[in-house]
Amino acid sequence: MSDYLVQFNNISKFFGKVIALKDVTMRLKKGEIMCLLGDNGAGKSTLIKTLAGVHKPDEGEIIFEDNKIVFDSPKDALDIGIGTVYQDLALVPLMSVTRNFFMGREPQKGIPFLKTFDVEKANKIAADRMGQIGIDVRDPSQAVGTMSGGERQCLAISRAIYFGAKVLVLDEPTSALGVHQASMVLKYIVKAASEGLAVILITHNVHHAYPVGNSFTVLNRGKSMGTFQKKEISREKLLSMMAGGEELDKLEVELQEMDRIHNKN
Amino acid sequence: MSLKSKSISSKSSLNVDERLKKISPLRVLLNRPELGALGGSILVFIFFGIVAGDTGMFSAYGMLNFLDVSANLGIIAIAAAMLMIGGEFDLSIGSMIGFAGICIAIPAIYWGWPLWMSIVFAFAMAVLVGYFNGIMVVKTGLPSFIVTLAMLFILRGLTLAITRLITGRTQVPGLRVLIEDDPLAWLFATDTFKWLFTWLGSLKLIELRTDGTPLATGIPPSVIWFIALTLFATWILMKTRYGNWIFASGGDKVGATNVGVPVGRVKISLFIGTAVASTIFACIQVLDAGSADTMRGTLKELEAIAAAVVGGCLLTGGYGSAIGAAFGAIIFGTVSMGIFYTDVDTDWFKVFLGAMMLIAVVFNNYIRKKVTESK
Repeated sequence: MSDYLVQFNNISKFFGKVIALKDVTMRLKKGEIMCLLGDNGAGKSTLIKTLAGVHKPDEGEIIFEDNKIVFDSPKDALDIGIGTVYQDLALVPLMSVTRNFFMGREPQKGIPFLKTFDVEKANKIAADRMGQIGIDVRDPSQAVGTMSGGERQCLAISRAIYFGAKVLVLDEPTSALGVHQASMVLKYIVKAASEGLAVILITHNVHHAYPVGNSFTVLNRGKSMGTFQKKEISREKLLSMMAGGEELDKLEVELQEMDRIHNKN
Repeated sequence: MSLKSKSISSKSSLNVDERLKKISPLRVLLNRPELGALGGSILVFIFFGIVAGDTGMFSAYGMLNFLDVSANLGIIAIAAAMLMIGGEFDLSIGSMIGFAGICIAIPAIYWGWPLWMSIVFAFAMAVLVGYFNGIMVVKTGLPSFIVTLAMLFILRGLTLAITRLITGRTQVPGLRVLIEDDPLAWLFATDTFKWLFTWLGSLKLIELRTDGTPLATGIPPSVIWFIALTLFATWILMKTRYGNWIFASGGDKVGATNVGVPVGRVKISLFIGTAVASTIFACIQVLDAGSADTMRGTLKELEAIAAAVVGGCLLTGGYGSAIGAAFGAIIFGTVSMGIFYTDVDTDWFKVFLGAMMLIAVVFNNYIRKKVTESK
């Protein structure tokens, strides 16, 4: 038995001639937050969809709790406990908190063929769960549209956890949020990890990732640049690696050159 | 630790209570989609109460008249509303009414089928048409507006062509004699609560004919269907898992799919719903008139959508209510009948219908902004 809850070994994904991912390896223990960093076009979206069961990897294997797994659909991934929260959150603003929380998985009561949606129970659970993360939903029948961006993100994460996620895949959870809202979401992510979940946090924002992450995998042009423990790497190093290192250096040289010419004139 | 969390949770529940009290009942009501239609209905009743209060519009006979018209529209408006909440349109409702009418009349009159069998046949055809609409929209991803607009022409054309081919005419009369003793037709052709009206008549509380029988003989079947469908649709939307799926499918198709809602199946079933409702409408009208007409139901799809919109359904889906659509239908039915009791020329009805819809859309839009804006 290995220490790892989930392992993605040498995952590759091709779309025709395009190599979207090549030999990406990620291993997570329980309670670990791994940040997946990468610039636009680095292959983050493809990787997420592969983790969530939308794409099948062309090479490599996924091992969950020591069993080799093949996902045929997103539902398979959900069933074994890989919960993905996409950037669009899959929340309907016009629907209530409760109705969103249980969307697609409503608790029912009553006799067969006349089963009703147990709204009371659902309201109670939704309010409870939101209360646990410190979000006071004044009324669980209020529309999600009235909530702030951070609250919505927390609702979506909380929903994934409630429905049995052991590995949480979060796609840019803080990208559209202000400082305060982002820190609220990050706090919740840390709390979730401390309760034994493995979290894959996908982001291009090192400043959000660095304080919460235990390890960092940097993706560049479809390839993994390696996985680093927090103590092995500094924030600046990560940042420069993400941007492709030498590209930033080159830019700096160019800027200095421009500056020099400018001063001359 | 447990003590601490307990105290926190009790504190937060106290907070919830405090906050809830601050929301006035009026605000809660404002967030309901049917508010506009409810208010509109009350206004319409007050208006006609003043303008036409002494004309017999509000006699038992008069009331049953406008309720009958409202109920007929309501039956299709509720189905249209549910489909709109699910994020789609059905423009083939009116044509389906005409098509269902001849599906009942031709087998019964020309092929010698028992009436109940032709009624079952009409419903089977409705399920097929609805399924076809649904599967086309879901599989091709085309807007339902286009798909059902095509179906509007196809069905109306089929109705005309088939009827003329088989009968040489555009009307099929002679159904009335078949209704009696039919095991199914009574569902669509029986006035109920006759005893109540006879009793009220004997007390001279309602208007009587010269032979002593009451002028209003009973509640028409349309009203019973209308009430039953309103309750059924409301129960589905508010109280069942499937209801939540309807809101989710219309609110955000992609999101709903991602969390496991069978969006395609939901939409197809809603299209079947509108086609079946059109067939109920057709059964009631055809059996009441005793004949099927190829042009029956023309433009009814637009009235149904108008009633749903006045009832608070958003054109973009994901929001609305069956009760709202029911009140929307009552508004239209009451005005279209009530206008006869006033001195106003009936030509003005359409003007009213249009204006009412515009006001409703503006109002709904405002409500949506209110509901979705961050606090």
